[in-house]
Amino acid sequence: MKSLDELAKIKENRREALKIREGFPSATEKAHVMMCGGAGCISSKCLEVVDAMKEALSKNGIADQVQIILTGCMGPCDMGPVAIIYPDATFYRRLKPKDAGAIVEEHIMKGNKIPRLMYRAPGAKEPTPNVKDIDLFAKQKKIVLRNNFYIDPTSIEDYIANDGYAALGKALTKMQPEEIIEEVKKSGLRGRGGAGFSTGMKWAFTAAASGAPKYVVCNGDEGDPGAFMDRSVLEGDPHSVIEGMAICGRAIGAEQGYVYVRAEYPLAIERLDLALQKARENGLLGKDIFGSGFNFDIEIRIGAGAFVCGEETALLTSIEGRRGEPRPRPPFPANAGVWGKPTVLNNVETWANIPEIILKGADAYASVGTEKSKGTKVFALAGRINNTGIIEVPMGTTLREIVFEIGGGIPRKKAFKAVQTGGPSGGCIPAEHLDTPVDYDSLGALGAIMGSGGMIVLDEDTCMVDIAKFFLDFVVDESCGKCSPCRIGTKRMYEILDNISKGKGKEGDIELLEELALMIKATALCGLGQTAPNPVLSTIRYFRNEYEEHIRDQKCSCNVCELKE
Amino acid sequence: MVTCACNASNDELTKQLDRIIDPYRGNPGGLIQVLTKAQNLVGYLPRRVQVQIAEGLGVSLQEVYGVVTFYAFFSLIPRGRHKISVCAGTACYVKGTKMVTKTLKDLLDLKPGQTTPDSRFTLEIVRCIGACGLAPAMIIDGKDVHGRLEPELIPAVLEQYA
Amino acid sequence: MINLTIDNQQVAVEPGTSILEAAQKVGARIPTLCYLKDINVIGACRICLVEVQGAKTFIPSCVAPVAEGMVVRTNTPAVLKARKLVLELILSDHPMECLTCLRNQNCELQDLAKEFGITEVRFDGAKTEYPADDSSPAIVRDPRKCVLCRRCISVCTNVQTVQALCAVNRGFDTLISPAFNEKLADMECVQCGQCSLVCPTGAIVERDDTAKVWAALADPKKHVVVQTAPATRVQLGEALGAEPGSIFTGQMVAGLRRLGFDKVFDTDFTADLTILEEGNELLQRVTNGGTLPMITSCSPGWIKFCEHFYPDLLNHLSTCKSPQQMFGSLVKTYYAEKEGIDPEDIYCVSIMPCTAKKYECQRPEMNSSGYQDVDVVLTTRELGRMFIQAGLDAANLPEEEYDAPLGISTGAGEIFGASGGVMEAALRTVYEVVTGETLENIDFEVCRGISGVKEATVQVGDLPVKVAITNGLGNARKVLDKIRAGEADYHFIEVMCCPGGCIGGGGSPIPTDIDIRLKRIDATYTEDERMALRKSHENPAVKALYEEFLEKPLGHKSHELLHTKYTPRGVNK
Repeated sequence: MKSLDELAKIKENRREALKIREGFPSATEKAHVMMCGGAGCISSKCLEVVDAMKEALSKNGIADQVQIILTGCMGPCDMGPVAIIYPDATFYRRLKPKDAGAIVEEHIMKGNKIPRLMYRAPGAKEPTPNVKDIDLFAKQKKIVLRNNFYIDPTSIEDYIANDGYAALGKALTKMQPEEIIEEVKKSGLRGRGGAGFSTGMKWAFTAAASGAPKYVVCNGDEGDPGAFMDRSVLEGDPHSVIEGMAICGRAIGAEQGYVYVRAEYPLAIERLDLALQKARENGLLGKDIFGSGFNFDIEIRIGAGAFVCGEETALLTSIEGRRGEPRPRPPFPANAGVWGKPTVLNNVETWANIPEIILKGADAYASVGTEKSKGTKVFALAGRINNTGIIEVPMGTTLREIVFEIGGGIPRKKAFKAVQTGGPSGGCIPAEHLDTPVDYDSLGALGAIMGSGGMIVLDEDTCMVDIAKFFLDFVVDESCGKCSPCRIGTKRMYEILDNISKGKGKEGDIELLEELALMIKATALCGLGQTAPNPVLSTIRYFRNEYEEHIRDQKCSCNVCELKE
Repeated sequence: MVTCACNASNDELTKQLDRIIDPYRGNPGGLIQVLTKAQNLVGYLPRRVQVQIAEGLGVSLQEVYGVVTFYAFFSLIPRGRHKISVCAGTACYVKGTKMVTKTLKDLLDLKPGQTTPDSRFTLEIVRCIGACGLAPAMIIDGKDVHGRLEPELIPAVLEQYA
Repeated sequence: MINLTIDNQQVAVEPGTSILEAAQKVGARIPTLCYLKDINVIGACRICLVEVQGAKTFIPSCVAPVAEGMVVRTNTPAVLKARKLVLELILSDHPMECLTCLRNQNCELQDLAKEFGITEVRFDGAKTEYPADDSSPAIVRDPRKCVLCRRCISVCTNVQTVQALCAVNRGFDTLISPAFNEKLADMECVQCGQCSLVCPTGAIVERDDTAKVWAALADPKKHVVVQTAPATRVQLGEALGAEPGSIFTGQMVAGLRRLGFDKVFDTDFTADLTILEEGNELLQRVTNGGTLPMITSCSPGWIKFCEHFYPDLLNHLSTCKSPQQMFGSLVKTYYAEKEGIDPEDIYCVSIMPCTAKKYECQRPEMNSSGYQDVDVVLTTRELGRMFIQAGLDAANLPEEEYDAPLGISTGAGEIFGASGGVMEAALRTVYEVVTGETLENIDFEVCRGISGVKEATVQVGDLPVKVAITNGLGNARKVLDKIRAGEADYHFIEVMCCPGGCIGGGGSPIPTDIDIRLKRIDATYTEDERMALRKSHENPAVKALYEEFLEKPLGHKSHELLHTKYTPRGVNK
C-alpha cells in the first residue's frame, strides 16, 4: 500500500459489495448471513447450523446468491448460536441445524421472517426482528466492537470497507508523531488492562526515552478467569489491534511489535496470524507503509499458561523466552521493556480504541464516558445472570443498568447478591452500590477495580467465603513464587479461608486475614501480588457476617461449603 | 531418560525437532516458541527433547527446564490421546465446576493431572477458556468446547472420543 | 549528584545509587535477606522495604534507585510491622531446626528473627517438602531450608557461568534445583561451593566430614597427617571470631597439634613443588612447540569446569596435579618411605578453603600412591568447628611451626591462595631459572588484585612472556573463548575457579564478600613478605625431595606421582 488512494479504492469496491449489510437489497445476492463465530456460539454448535444452511442453499440452488460469514463474537453468548440476516438485519437466536431449512426457504427465498427464532424482550408480547431494535444492544455503545456485527474477520477488505486502516493512513500521511501522541492524550484513553494509566502519557514517555530500537507490545494474555473481551476482539476484529499498534509504532518510533496471546486461544491466534499475513500482502505492514517511509511489522508470541504474564514486566520477560517472573519497577517498560529497550505495552482493548480516536478525533472520543474515564468499556458478563456474554457500554453506565437492563437480571427469580469485577485482583460489589456509575475511580473506591472487564454476577446462593477462597486458590496457583509475601502470604490466606470454609475457623481469623491482606498489598513485588488480597478484603468488607457465621456457628447459609459435622 | 539413539524413529524425531529449532538456532529468545512447537510435535517434553532444544538454542538445560516447569501449558509426562480441560474460571465455578470435576473423576477414576491407564484421557483443570456464557464448560483437545454441562450429559460427551 | 531525604536527613549520592546504599550514608541500616551486593539484586524477599513519599506500596530499597527530591523513611512503625510480618511468613515455611543446623548462629534468617524479636509464628500451614540432595562429596542441598533468595542461582549463573541450578515450578512449589532434579554429583555442577558461600541459611552447606577426621584421630593405628592450604591461615581466624585479614598461621599449627594430628604439614610445600614442575612444563612447551597457552591446574572446580564446558581445550591444561594431590601422593610414598610408616596406616587430611577439593580427592585417578592419596578434605569452616568443639582458644594459643620436611615452604607457595599468586610464584622461578640472574624486585604487582581478567607481558631473558590471570569461572570463560577463537597468544594462563582466588573459595568462612576477600589478599602478601624464602626453587625441602626421591622435575617419578590426566565430560549427559 503506497498511498491513501489505493486504500480508498479497495474501500470503495468493497463497500459496494457490502451494501447489502447496510440494508440495500442487492441485484446479485439474496442475503448475507452473519453467523456469530465467537467461542460461545461455536461451542453451541453454530458450525453445524452453517453446514445445514449450506446444504439447504445448495438444495434450493441459491448457494451462489447467499454468503455465510462467520463473524467475531456478537455478544449474547447465552442465546447462541446467533445470526444476523442482511439486508433486513433480522436477528435470530438459539439456532439449530433443523432451523436452516426454514431460514433459507421461508426467510431468504420468500421474505417471511421466522418469529419463533427471534429475540423477545423480557415481558414483551411481540418479538423484536431487527437487530438495531433489540433492547440489550440499543443500550450499548460500540467502539471497540464496532465491526463485530458487520465484518468477516478473515477479510481485510471487509475491515477496510468499514474505515479500516484509514486511521493509519491519516497518522502516516497527515500527522506528526507528536500530534498522534497529543491526540491520544487528549482523548483521555486509559489502559484497559485494568490499572487505567493514561495511554497517551505512556506513549509520550516511551517516545521520549533514549534507546533504540523501540517496541510496541500488545498484551493479549487475558488470564482473568471470567473474562473473554480480548479474545472477542482478536477473533472478531484482529485488524483493529494491528492498526492501533502500527499507529503507535509511528508515534514512538518503533518498527517492531509483538502480540502476546494465550495458547488457550487457538482461534484468536489463527485469525490474528491470518490478519497479519493479509496486512503484509496489502503493504499495511512491512516497509514504507503508505509511501511514508515508515516500516512496521508484528510477531505473535504465544503465552504458555501463566496468569502472572499479564503483568507487564512478566510479559516482557516471557516474550524474551524466559520464566515470566515480574521484576521491580523502575525501570518502567517505557525505558526498559523488551530486550531492555523502550517499549509501549497496552492490552488488546486499548489498541482497538486507537484507530477510532485517530480517525474521528480525540474530542469525539472524549465525548463518551465520564469526566476521568473516557470512552467505552467492554465487559464479559457472566455468572448468575440471564444474558451472559460480551457487552460494550459507555464509561459511567451504572452497574444496575448493566446487570438488570442489558444483562436481563438474575435467573430463577433469585436475589442479586453482588457483582465481582476485576477477577482475582478485584472485589465484590454488593447490592447497595448497584447505582454506582462504572469507571476506574468509582470501582476503586468500592474496593473493587475495573480490571480488564470480567464481571461475574453472584446471586443469593453464592457463598462469599467460598468465592474468596476460589480467588485465593487461583492466586496461589498462579503466583510466580518470586517474592515472599505473595508466595507464602497468599498460601497462608488460602489455608485460613479453607479452614473457615470447613468449619475449622477460629476467633481472630478474620483479623489475621485482614492483617495479611493489607501487608501483602503493601509489600508484594508486582500487581498480581499487590491486588491478590482484594477479593478477600472486599468480601470481608461487605459480607463479614458470612465469615462470622462460618467461624462462630460452623454454618454456611448458602449450603456451598461442606462444613464438618 | 535418553532412549537408544539406534532407534530409527528417534533419529526421525531428532530431525523434526531440528527443523523446529533451526529458525531460532543460537537464539535463546525463541525458547518458548520452540518448546510450544516441540510439545505439539511430541505431545510432551521429555529430557532428550529439552536437551536438544537447550543445545540448539545455546542455553543450559536448567534454563529450559525452569521455563518448562513455569508454564502450565508444558508437560513433562506423556498425556492421553484426549485432553479434557475443565474450566475453573469464575463463571464456571459459580455454575458448577465442582460438579463437572467430580463427575469426571468418578467416571474416569482420575484426579486432575492424571491420565487413564489406557491413555485415552488426561484430565486437567484450567483457568477460563473464555466460554463463560456456556458455564459450566470444558474443552476437549484444546478445540471442542462443551458447555452447559450437567452430570448426566457428560458420559455422552466422552463417548465421542475414542 | 542526587539529593534526597532519608529519615529526615539530607543526603547527596551518585545517580544510580540504591536507596539501601544511600541510607547507609546516613547511618540507617536496612535489613536484607535476598540482597547480596554485586551478586543478587532482585528485590524478591521484601525484607528491605522502606516508605517512599508518594508511593502506593512500600519500596524494596536494595533495588530501587534514588531519585531527586525523594523522601524516604526507613523505620516507621508501618514499615517495621510489614517487614516483621514478611519475616514471619518466611519462617512459617522454614523447618526451624536451627539447633541442629550447620549454620546455627551463622545464619542470616536466624539473625533477622532475633533482630525482629520474633517469638511466635502464627501460621501452621503447609511447608516446602523436597528431599535433600547429598549426592555430592562437596555440598549438600536441603530445599526445606531454602528461602528462595536465588543468590545461589545468581552466583552459579552470572559469576561462575555454570548454571547448575534453576528455579523450578512456581508459586509455593518453587524449588531451586538442577533440571529434572538431577543430583549435583551427576551433572555439570563443578562443586565450587560458591552457592554454599552465599546461601543465607543452611539450605546449601559444605558436606561436613569432621566426624571422619575425629574418628581417624581417635584410631591409634592411624598416623594422621594434615596439610593446610595457603589460604586457610588467612581465613581460620574469621571462623573463630577474629577480624577478616587476621593471620592465624602459628595458631592453626598449634591447634592442629592439640587436636591430635601426628604431623602438621603445609600445602605450601607442594605449591612450591608445583612451581618447579609446572614451570618446567611451561618451558618445555615453549621450547618444544607444545600446546600453548598452558593453563594452570591447581583448582579442581576449574578443572571440572573445563572438562564439562571446554573439553576441546583440555590439552591446554598443565598436567600437574594440584598441590593438595601432589601432597597426598608424596605423603604416602616419599614421606612413608622416609619415616618407615606403612602408607596404609597414613591418614591424610587436608584443610582447604574449597569444597571442590572434597570432590578432587575422590577422583578415581587420585591414587598414585596405591591408596587414595588424600583421605579427607575439610573446609576452613569445618576446621573452625573442630577448634571450637575442642575448646581451643586459638587467639591465645602460642604460635608454632610446621613440621619438617613437608611443612617447609616459601612465600611463593603462600601466595597461591590469591588470584595471580600462582603466576607470580611461577614468574619468580622461571625468570631466575631461564636467565640465571637474581630477580631484583620479586613483587609482580601486575599479577595482584581481584579484577577478573589481568594480562601482562613479562620480559624473561629474550622472551616476552605473555600471561593472563583470571578468577571466577565467568572470567575464565572469556579467556577460553578467545583461545577457541584463536585470538589468545598468551604463553601461560592462571585460572582460579573462585572470585579473588582460593581466599574466596567455596569453603571459606561465611560471610565472604569483596571487602573481606581484599583483606585476606592483603594478609596473604603480608605472610609472603614475612617469609625468609620467597622463591619456590629456593625451598630446601623441595630441593631435598628432588635429590632424595624425585630426581628431577618432569622426571619419571614426577610423572607417576605428580602429574595427571583429564576426562572430557561434556554437558547434559
